[in-house]
Amino acid sequence: MSFEMLLSNAAALVVVVPLLGGAIAMLLGSSRLAWSWSLICALVTFSLALVLLAGVLGGQNISYEMGAWVSPLGILFEIDALNVLLITLVSAMGLLALLYGLPTIDQEVDRHQHAMFFGTFLICVAGLIGVSITGDAFNVFVFLEVSSISTYVLVAMGSKQNRQALTASFNYLILGTIGATFFVIGVGLLYMATGTLNMADISRVLAETGSDRVVRAAFAFIVIGLGLKTAMFPLHTWLPNAYAFSPSMIGVFLASTATKVALYMLIRFLYSVFSAGQSFETAMFDYVLAPMAVTAMIVCSVQASFQSDVRRLLAYSSVAQIGYMLLGLSMGTVAGLAAALIHLFNHALMKGALFMAVGIAGLGLGVVRISEMRGLGKTMPLTAAGLSIAGLSLMGVPLTAGFISKYYLVIAALERGWWWAVVAIVVSSVLAIFYVGRMIEVMYLQEPPKTTDDAAVTVRSPILPLIALYVLVIANVWFFFDPSLPMGLANTAANELIGGGGS
Amino acid sequence: MDFFVGHFNYWVIITLMMTGLYVVISTGNLVKKLVGIGLFQTSVFQLYISLSKVRGAQPPILEKLPKYGSAEKTSQTVTELTATIPQVTALDPASVYDPLMGVVYSNPLPHVLILTAIVVGVATLAVGLALVVRIREAYGTIEEDAIDEAEYKIEVNAS
Amino acid sequence: MEMSFPIDIFVIIDLILISMLLVVGIAIVRLNNLFVIVMLYGVYSLLAATWFVSLDAVDVAFTEAAVGAGISTVLMLGAMLLTSRESKPTTPIRRWTSLLIVLVTGIALIYATFDMPAFGDPNSPANSYVGLMYLKATITDISVPNVVTAILASYRGFDTFGEVVVVLTAGLGVMLILGIDSRRSRSGEVENKDAIAKEANTKNKPEKINALNHHIVLQVVAKMLIPIIILYALYVHFHGDYGPGGGFQAGVIFASAIILYSLIFGMDQTRRAIPPKLVQFGSALGVLIYGGTGIITILMGGKFLDYNMLDQNDTIHAQHMGILMIEVGVLVTVASVMLSIYYGFAGRYRQLKDQNW
Repeated sequence: MSFEMLLSNAAALVVVVPLLGGAIAMLLGSSRLAWSWSLICALVTFSLALVLLAGVLGGQNISYEMGAWVSPLGILFEIDALNVLLITLVSAMGLLALLYGLPTIDQEVDRHQHAMFFGTFLICVAGLIGVSITGDAFNVFVFLEVSSISTYVLVAMGSKQNRQALTASFNYLILGTIGATFFVIGVGLLYMATGTLNMADISRVLAETGSDRVVRAAFAFIVIGLGLKTAMFPLHTWLPNAYAFSPSMIGVFLASTATKVALYMLIRFLYSVFSAGQSFETAMFDYVLAPMAVTAMIVCSVQASFQSDVRRLLAYSSVAQIGYMLLGLSMGTVAGLAAALIHLFNHALMKGALFMAVGIAGLGLGVVRISEMRGLGKTMPLTAAGLSIAGLSLMGVPLTAGFISKYYLVIAALERGWWWAVVAIVVSSVLAIFYVGRMIEVMYLQEPPKTTDDAAVTVRSPILPLIALYVLVIANVWFFFDPSLPMGLANTAANELIGGGGS
Repeated sequence: MDFFVGHFNYWVIITLMMTGLYVVISTGNLVKKLVGIGLFQTSVFQLYISLSKVRGAQPPILEKLPKYGSAEKTSQTVTELTATIPQVTALDPASVYDPLMGVVYSNPLPHVLILTAIVVGVATLAVGLALVVRIREAYGTIEEDAIDEAEYKIEVNAS
Repeated sequence: MEMSFPIDIFVIIDLILISMLLVVGIAIVRLNNLFVIVMLYGVYSLLAATWFVSLDAVDVAFTEAAVGAGISTVLMLGAMLLTSRESKPTTPIRRWTSLLIVLVTGIALIYATFDMPAFGDPNSPANSYVGLMYLKATITDISVPNVVTAILASYRGFDTFGEVVVVLTAGLGVMLILGIDSRRSRSGEVENKDAIAKEANTKNKPEKINALNHHIVLQVVAKMLIPIIILYALYVHFHGDYGPGGGFQAGVIFASAIILYSLIFGMDQTRRAIPPKLVQFGSALGVLIYGGTGIITILMGGKFLDYNMLDQNDTIHAQHMGILMIEVGVLVTVASVMLSIYYGFAGRYRQLKDQNW
């Protein structure tokens, strides 16, 4: 197999490698073997994603015909500025989550289940990459379900720690399936109106024929279906428990990728398939999406402030942060969409780091509640520092990536004349200062609980999780000083989608 | 009246879909919820399949297929196929060469999609039922409100 | 009805089926006995399958009958036996809010129907664009009579690959959540023994599922039936190119033969014949065969699942080969996963019986 052959098929292999890798991983008897194998697969996947990233940064979009069948007969993979960053993000987070996960999984999942667990995890990674990469509306559904069903299973694996993982997983399953079914109804209606499933082709036909009632209904069903998967404000009820009770490695991975992929799909449909600027779409943006986004930003931040369980706090904050992204995309402007995309990327970095830090604290000291984080700055200084930096990024403090995305979001809102959105961003940020500040206060200003030998002992953290954590923490700072990668891609994507390149 | 006859099936299917959705969201029983999901999905399948039906057509299993090897291939390779397909179908519906030889078939594409969807549906169901079994073992009930009550009690005791 | 519309026998059949579907659907809403609900769900699936035949979707009908009325109903029955037989009635508030949500959704769909093409319209976008292309292209590209198989296995082969992975994931899910090997899951945790024991005393106890090995007639009949069922599965598998059928349906039928064996001769003997490890291996193997086919075509210089590469002199032969290979993958994974799911639920059953009933 020549190297060139590998590169020219990178688009397919970036999905196929983790899929087949997962099927092999489940058969490996030993836990360590399965983990190492999964790590290798994730590394290969990440490298393939980098190949795609390099290709797109080189200025050319990649399309790949599955089975060499021409579109619209076959399924087409399309990689452009919009999804290449997401593909890289998902594969990178898959790799980091695995790197992070070994000690936590040892504690949280029975050892004889490890091989199957890692296999399912790889399949989940592949499913999310598949959703991001495909250009076929029905193929989106298939890979959405690959990722969702594996996610339900992975969340349920938290049941050894807490039985609530089971109900969390079940609720997620019910709402996720309703969402997927709504999405299928929407795709079916689109197919009814256009006769094709390729998203570019649907968009072409729609531009020719215009929209009728069927298209409008399709639009509504797809938005609700993907909205459920994105945890769009009133449809977010499945999220907090699913993130809080899953094994911590899964919490890390889901919080940084799952909703992002669904959100990406929403952007793809809103801006690329249904060409933006149609009157019903603008009305939906102004009167439904934007108000819901603002409500989420405030209400869920308040809810986050009242949580005593750290991971539930972070999960509610996630719903609020999704509100920021929805706000950006509902502006319908290049600046707004670009800000949403940048925040999508940055939020993955900060939430991944936060969930990792909390997981490490849980590993060392069994921390579940905020009150149990007392004196973490002394007992686990590295973890506490990482948690604080990521927390500052979540607040949007300068010198962190979080500042960049909030800055651009505010600029975009002012440009659009949405002063109320600016107010909402400020209010939500103040609330973030409150709930993150509470964690920092408990960690640094309170004394650690008295141990038996009457001294605050420094708890040694396992090295691999710390490495993974610090990769993300450094990324959080790095992308403040050099945000050119996400910004360049986000601007290109937003221009392609809105500036006439869309249809 | 023609409109009624031509769209009656959609209305019934929509009613069925909504019946399924109603079962999912109204019941607190976890098994019945999954039954509702099944109803909802099966009705969506009916929507797809009923839009694939062509009046007077037969199932998409080709009746007259040139014997293997003797077929006059319009395309040997995929690149040629690109060139020929639009000519045969999209551009000129009444093309001189009709590969289907006058037989009308129903649309096969929705069938394929629904085959996939059925399988995805049963996969979800299997995972869902497995969860229900474990929930029952953990809580002793499969009613949502009873589960919430049990968790609420623990929450109150903890704080 | 107006005279201009031809009322043929199919319209009448359709109307009868549709009204039966409605009746069953509403009955499910109103009832609380889970056993009846699950059985009605089976009836609903079977009616839907019948309607699919009338709508020319023979492959779908076959699968719906095997999966919806078969596997799904059996799974639901199994889960119901392990849990409870009654569902509590819904509270009025919840009933009305649900009704509101459903009405809004339904109205949105009804609104859309006013621009929908009429039923059976050959010139609708759906029936005249890509769908028609497939019918015509299949003749020259793939040359199998069953166009559904051609699309499923070749044109949209990647969808089907995803579908097989979904099946594998479900298998993994059941194995992880319930455990596949009863010796292992038995040592596993039953978190709330008291509650189960309490409820078990108040509810009707399910019958013990024993091996029916004292029924000599059943044993002999089963021994004769099982090879025939497996033979039929193989027929369905290899005939998929020509008529309705294919790897998926064959896999389900194959698994049902083994399940029949297990019902008659007992779980232990089945586990000896087909050990859980083998089932686990098979689940992954099918996916590997499917994906491996794609990797082979890449190695031969083509794209993923580009079957034409398998025999460049005769692409039709190559397509047939490719379809055959991936269908074997589908068969292996589906049969194995169906068995693993069965093992998962059946293993639980005995575990509960030993400890709690």
